[in-house]
Parts: sequence; structure tokens; C-alpha cells
Amino acid sequence: MRFLRRVLLALGLPVVLVAAWWFGSAGSQDFYWPSLSTIVDAFGRTWTWEMFQEQVFPSLWRLLAGYLIAVVVGVALGVLIGTYGSVRALLEPVLEFLRAFPPPVLVPAAILLSGIGDRTKILVIVFGCVWPVLLNTIEGVRGRDEVLSDTCRTYRVTGLLRLRHLVLRAASPQIVTGARQALPLAIILMVISEIMAANEGLGFTVLQFQRGFQIPEMWSGVLLLGLIGIVLSLLFRVAERSLLGWYHGQRAGQREF
Amino acid sequence: MLEVKNLHKVYDGHGRRVTAVGDLTFTVPEGQFACVVGPSGCGKTTLLRVLAGLLPATSGEVTVRGTPVTAPPPDLAVVFQEYGRSLFPWLRVRANVELPLKAQGMGRAQRRELASEALEAVGLSDVDNAYPWQLSGGMQQRVAIARAIAYQPKVLLMDEPFAAVDAQTRADLEDLVRSVWQRLGVTLLFVTHDIDEAVYLGQRVIVLSASPTTVAEDLAIDLPAERDQLATRSDPRFTELRGQVYARIQQVKRAPAAEGASA
Amino acid sequence: MVAVAARTSRVTGRRFRSVTLGVLGLLGFALVLEVAPRVGIVPIDFAPPTSQILVTLGEQLGQPSFWTALLRTLLTWANGLLIAVVAGTVVGVLLGSLPVLRAATATTVEFLRPIPSVALIPLVIVLYGPTVRSTLVLVVYAAFWQMLIQVVHGVVDVDPVARDTARSFRLGPWGTVRYVIWPSALPYVMTGLRLAAAVALILTITGELVIGSPGLGKEIDNAQQSNAVRIVYALIVVTGILGVLINVLIRQVERRVLAWHPATRAETVEGVGVR
Repeated sequence: MRFLRRVLLALGLPVVLVAAWWFGSAGSQDFYWPSLSTIVDAFGRTWTWEMFQEQVFPSLWRLLAGYLIAVVVGVALGVLIGTYGSVRALLEPVLEFLRAFPPPVLVPAAILLSGIGDRTKILVIVFGCVWPVLLNTIEGVRGRDEVLSDTCRTYRVTGLLRLRHLVLRAASPQIVTGARQALPLAIILMVISEIMAANEGLGFTVLQFQRGFQIPEMWSGVLLLGLIGIVLSLLFRVAERSLLGWYHGQRAGQREF
Repeated sequence: MLEVKNLHKVYDGHGRRVTAVGDLTFTVPEGQFACVVGPSGCGKTTLLRVLAGLLPATSGEVTVRGTPVTAPPPDLAVVFQEYGRSLFPWLRVRANVELPLKAQGMGRAQRRELASEALEAVGLSDVDNAYPWQLSGGMQQRVAIARAIAYQPKVLLMDEPFAAVDAQTRADLEDLVRSVWQRLGVTLLFVTHDIDEAVYLGQRVIVLSASPTTVAEDLAIDLPAERDQLATRSDPRFTELRGQVYARIQQVKRAPAAEGASA
Repeated sequence: MVAVAARTSRVTGRRFRSVTLGVLGLLGFALVLEVAPRVGIVPIDFAPPTSQILVTLGEQLGQPSFWTALLRTLLTWANGLLIAVVAGTVVGVLLGSLPVLRAATATTVEFLRPIPSVALIPLVIVLYGPTVRSTLVLVVYAAFWQMLIQVVHGVVDVDPVARDTARSFRLGPWGTVRYVIWPSALPYVMTGLRLAAAVALILTITGELVIGSPGLGKEIDNAQQSNAVRIVYALIVVTGILGVLINVLIRQVERRVLAWHPATRAETVEGVGVR
């Protein structure tokens, strides 16, 4: 009974909403609001395997490349800056300033500097996504428990072992927070870099549909972008669960007492 | 062997110096179980951190087994008061015990063996796969003790290790520490604020004065080597020694506190 | 007393040092950006030195069109944020205090939230054209989720003891929201506001850049199209300053609103929260 109730609660509203869209839009004559069945139909026709290979995968590749580079660079610099107090004091205002830029303004500057190729688009994603990761990593490294640091010192755990088991792990909740903040930025930057530095890619294609007034295809593109967002956030959650299992377990335990 | 000679520790604030440890001299011979007690805020933890090489002394000399301490010395392990914070929450119990051994470059098989032995010695063989935060406070402190045992130190420092566990668990852990010390033959310096605990555990009790800290009393505990929670604690000699330490601490507390007592 | 005095002076000493270093860092940063194009590390035609950017920025300040664009950007940002904050708060308090409603909407929220707001760009263009309204849709959509999630967390996280106290004093539903739920959810609300404000700025500029609704973003796009490189950079700097000012503003509001809150008090005592 309780299981049934939970399933009903979880699926009820989404089903109702999709059904409302489906039936409410059925037979729609409005040029800009085609029926959902038309959109689904267009989706199947538009996003074929070739289309994925030509337009979608290159976009996703740039997205992931830029995002991962940003995470790696952000964590590496964050560990360095967080470890040395003077470096942090020196750089913090600069970083806060750079972080305050709305990342989309980077696109025009990057186009000026390096054209409209893959490099520009990846660079833009890296530059937009690195700040949340970097600043959160600094916080994480700084906020590490002193007793743990002392433990490592007394037991002479040093070098790479210390980096792996103390520095990175202790900062990992903050690192994940930063990476979570960066993910939607990466998607935004992927899409608008493709719209502005237009020659190919998912964002470019969807906008072409809009410009050519291929409305059902455009809607299907909007759906695809939405699905990509959902899938990426699910993947992120899976990664987070395996990475931070200890953290959530510990916090759940603390709340009980 | 542990030697402390004219140890001073001054915390330097801008424009204000706070003396935490005044002029401290004592020696703990090889294999002795020495307890350090003193009124709260008397710099016990500062002393322990200097001994462990975690904090530089302002002046004076600390040597462990003949080598002056400038950094955490080898062959020295510490069990911290904050068990919840000294274990790595992202490592399972066994990995926590093995990490220091890994840092020494010890092979996997030997690590496993030492860790198993240590966990068995503290009675935790069955939870080696759990995370520390899944265990009770007392069990977590046992893990920390197991980590120290597996490290095979020559000198073991314990900083009020049982201050945060309940009385029942505390008695068990005290007996555990006694048996570990007897088995390993380590030099053990045990810092506590609990007079009963100090007299029950140690071969010797060093009473510190209020800050700036000096040795106020150095007392040999001539109780039989076999200690028992019931028998020892009802021994008239125990009561007498306990009374002596208590009186001395009260006397020290009443003495005019010097500057910086609040630090 | 003595120890406290020692600590205070140490803290101010440390802060003086870190402020000095910070200013040095900013100057150094500007210097690098000045020198790098001049010695040819980056092409001077496409990355002008700091001094030239600042001169161009000065020229821009004298032009009414710049101020109009700035004002429009600010208006879009403020309107979008306001709508998102009000909507997010109302819906958040509802979802947070009614467990059935929360359970029923959980999956829907989880699906809608990660949909990138930029996915809506083509849609709003065909529906509303290059207008402020198009950009507002993006801004509200993106900022709404930030607010909603925080408010729901905040309301759910209310101390059960406080809730029971309210019940035992017969506060009633409105009184409970007013005196118990709202104050304890406030820190979360402020976090939501901070995140939403940043996201709203990002989407405002995005909309102006990509959709062409009037504002700084559109000016940047125009300048880039006509190869007015220095103006591009000058306006980019303005958006950065805008971002910093918004951050500072929100932090001020946060500190004032949460002055009574233990977390804030502890932070200021420790000198951590001051930034």
C-alpha cells in the first residue's frame, strides 16, 4: 500500500502534466504551439543517428572537455592557493572579481581572441566554470579539520598519500558543491557559444530551426536540450553518491543524535 | 625515553605575549607509564603538542629517545582527545589503521597483519569494514588506539583520550590502555584532568601548576602492577594517593594565577 | 580580557596584511593585463592593454546610450529577480510546509530544474521576439529554481522543538509561519537570494547577447560585430563591476537581515564572515 502510494506520488503529477500537454495541444492549429504529438514525431525524424554524430556529439564533447578541464584546473589551483595563506590573500580579490563576471560576456572576447573554432568554445566553458570550483576548493582546503592535519603529521603521512587521503578528500564536499554550480554554467556556455560563434553544434542547429521557422523541429530541439540537462544532472548525482557516500552518511548520523 | 628540559612556550599575539608553559622539566624513563594532571587551562595540551613535534617550543629542549624534537619524531604515536575528528571519515576502520603503515612504505600483507592484530587487541575485529562514524564514541576511540598500536611506536602520547566518553566505556578503555602498555612495553605519557584516572592508570603522576605551567608535584604510584577497577579503587593506598594529588591541585589552583591564565 | 585584546589586535593585524596583499594582487593583475599585449604575449589588436580599456571605459561613461543600456540591464535583472524571489518564496513555503504537496511535486521539480534555461531561447524568440520579455522569461526561470530549492530546504529544516513550541502556544498556521518557520528559514532564503541574484545577472546578459533584447549584452554584441574591440572589453569590465556590486549589495542585505542569527554572530566574532 505504502509503496503504491509512493509510486503514485512520484509519477502522478508528471503523468498528469504530460497528458495535459498531449491532449490540450492535440489538433493545435497555432503555428508556434504545435501539438505534442507533432513535436514527438519531429523529434524522431530530426534527431537521427547521423544528426547525433554531426551536431550533438561534437557539442557534448566540447561541453565535457571544457567542464572536466575546468574541474581539474580549479581543484589543482584551489589546493595550491588554499594551502598557502599569503597566496590566498594575494589572489582572493582578483578571483572574486573574475568570478563576478557573468560568464556569457566571455564569448565575444574569446571570439575576438581565437576565432570561432572548438578551441574558443572549450576555452569559454573552462573560463566560465573554473571559478565556482576554484573558490569552493579553496574554502574546502582551508576549512579542513586541524585534528586530521595533526594526525597526518604525527603519523608522518606526507606527500602524495597526504594529498590523496587528506587534502582532496577533506575538501571533496566543497569541490562537489563547486562542480555542481559549474554544471549548468557549462551547458549555458556550450549553447550560447554555438549560437554566437555559429557554424555547427546543437545550439546552432536548434537556432537554425527557429530562424527557418521549422517550429516542430525547434521544439524537439528544446526538448533535447532539456533532456541533456536532466541526464547530466542524473549522472552528476550518481558520481556524487559514490564520491561523497561517507559525507552524507556521517551527516545523517549526526542529525540522529 | 622522554626528556623535557626548561621548556617554555609563549604564544605571541600582537603586542601581547601569553605564557602557556612556564618552566617545565621532567624525564620519563623508557617503558614508564606516566600520567600528567593539572587544573584546566594549565597548558597540558600545549605540552603534549610540543612533545609530539606539532608545535615549536619557545625555548628549552625536548628530546625523544635522545633526539631533539623539531618535527613529529618517528616511533611516536598520539591518541587525540577528539576521536571523532582524528579518524578519517572517508576511510573504513581498517584503512584508517593501515594508512600510517602505508605511509612508511610497508607491504600490503604486513599491513593487513599488523592492522588485524591491533584491531583484535582493542576488540574490534568484527567492524573493520565499517566507517568510523557508524561506531559509538568509545569504539571510535578504540580505533584510534588500534591505529597507534599498529604503528608500533616506542613512545605513546594520549591527550585526555577518554574525556568525551561515558563512565562505563571509560573504565573499559582504561583497562585496555593498561593492557596495551604492558604488552607493548612503550613509554606512555597520558594527559588527563581526572585525578582518579591518573592514579589508577599510572606508575607515576606529574601534577602541573596553573599557567604558566611548572611541575608542582611528582608522585610515584606504588600500587601493585595488576590493577582492577574494583579492587584497586577500594585500596586504602589508592585513596591516600588520590587525596594527595587532589590536595596539591587545590593548592595550585588557589595560588595567584599569573598573566594569561585565561588563555 | 587580556587574551581577547591580544586576539583582536592579532586579527586586525592579519586583516591589514591580507588587505594589503589583496590590493597588491589586484594591481599586479592589472599590470599583467597591461604588459601582456604590449610585449606580444597576446595580440594587441584583440586584447588591448588595461590602460586603453580604461580610457575607452571613461569615454563610454560620457555617453547617454551607455547609461541607458546599463539602466535597462539593471531593470531587467531587478524585475526578473523580484518575480523569481516572490514566486520561489511563496511556492517554497507552500511545498515546505505541506509534506503531501512536496511529495507529489518532487519528481516534477527534479525534472524541470536541470532543464537549462538556454533551451528556452529559441522558444522565447519565436514567441516574443528580441524584447525584454524574452529575456525576463529566461531570468525568472533560472532564478526561480535557486530560490525555490533553498526555501523548501529552509522550511523543512525548521527545528521540530520550535514547531512543537508553536503548537503548544496555539500560534495557528499564520502565526507559525510568521514567528517560527520564516525566521528559521531566513538563512536559507538569503542563500537562495544570493544564488538567484548571480544567476539572474548571468541570464540577463545572456538574453541581451543572444536574443538581442536591449541592454549591456546587446551593446557588447554590437561592438563585437562591428569590431570595436576596446568597447567590447570596456563593457565587459562594466558587467564585471556590476557583478561585484551586486555581490556586495546582497551580502550587506544578508548581514543586516541575519544580524540576530547565531551563525552570523559566530562568524563575525571569529572574523570569518567579514569579506
